[in-house]
Amino acid sequence: MLSEKALELIKELDRSKDGKLPAFNEDIIRKVLEEMNTLFQQNQRDVGEAAAGEIRYFPSIHLRHAALDRNKRCLLAYLYNRLERIRAMRWEFGSILPADIRANLCEPETQWFNRYNKNLASYMRSLGEAGGLDLTQDTKPPKNLYVEVRCLRDYGEWEVEEGDTVVLQKDTTHYLPLAACHHLIRQGVLEQVE
Amino acid sequence: MSDNEEDIIEGSDEEGEAMTASEVLQKLEEAWITERMSPTLEKHQSELVDCMLDQINQMSENLKRCKKYDFRLAIHKMEIDRIRYVLSSYLRVRLEKIERFAHHLLEKQTNLSNEDLSILSPQEAAYAKDYASSLEAHFQNLVLQHVPENLRTFDRGKMSVKPNLDSYVFLKVKQATPGVLLEDDTGEGRDEEVDFKEGSQYLMRYKPIMELLQSGAVTLI
Repeated sequence: MLSEKALELIKELDRSKDGKLPAFNEDIIRKVLEEMNTLFQQNQRDVGEAAAGEIRYFPSIHLRHAALDRNKRCLLAYLYNRLERIRAMRWEFGSILPADIRANLCEPETQWFNRYNKNLASYMRSLGEAGGLDLTQDTKPPKNLYVEVRCLRDYGEWEVEEGDTVVLQKDTTHYLPLAACHHLIRQGVLEQVE
Repeated sequence: MSDNEEDIIEGSDEEGEAMTASEVLQKLEEAWITERMSPTLEKHQSELVDCMLDQINQMSENLKRCKKYDFRLAIHKMEIDRIRYVLSSYLRVRLEKIERFAHHLLEKQTNLSNEDLSILSPQEAAYAKDYASSLEAHFQNLVLQHVPENLRTFDRGKMSVKPNLDSYVFLKVKQATPGVLLEDDTGEGRDEEVDFKEGSQYLMRYKPIMELLQSGAVTLI
């Protein structure tokens, strides 16, 4: 059936829900592109006949053209939706992606990711006059200045604010300012106790 | 805001400012809620954003001079955190919409007659341009250059995402507006006129109230 491979591509992405990113399926993309080239050549041949007055070729030309359009649309949708997931990961993980995710990106996607990073960084820097605002921080409305955190691994001595230090030992709990220890929670050193 | 807070802000406020800091904050919060509820991108408020960013930076500076165990310190810090959250949430929502509607917004931007009417701030416009061109470059690189010749263009009219202006929004009337025309899109001539009373709330389509929203007569909730 025409455009079957293209549909397979979309389905594959759709099945891996909750923002996970499957490996870039170059194989199927190549097959879709091959199908498109074949359809195009067949159409080229028939258009020649049709121009010579053979009206019975029209329906098949239309059909192939619709299939070509659909294939193109599917390919672009596949690429675009992957980029959207990659974008969401930029906001979740920061400018450096975990290695297991990076492995599923193809080379042009890595390039796009870097370009997106750069663009976002320069936008955030341009906000206000005093050196910008990091929009990837403050993702939840602040409830309290201080939060109770549990230490998940030995981290050693850590300076909270000017002069104050705490020793972050595994399985100890602390009461710390959220703004200061936010990045440690992200790194997985601390865990917020609800 | 507490009186103490006003003191701290006043110490750094520029002379001749038309609005007080708390008015700016109120406006910013309104813009934030409207932006979150609106199906499309609203006009940028970069003056409010810049002003508020400046304020919180100065407030943080002022707080450094306070005594460390002053109990007011915690309250002020909390307030700064809250304002920063509103600011970044507002800008994040805008960025998301800019990315989703990048091509559509840029097209609108190029058809503008007057700079002042621009929905995007200059920084946002630069961001949207780079984002849109990075998408196109990516499509070009992976697919478009490999497909048959007559399909190689990226058709913006067909492929770009446009905001749905027919979606429904909750709104609150700030200035009484009589005779708001709600056209019947089915073409059966069942047009309706509604008199907006100040302080009343409605649920209706976004499109008919778009201009009222821009003029500030209504606000989304």
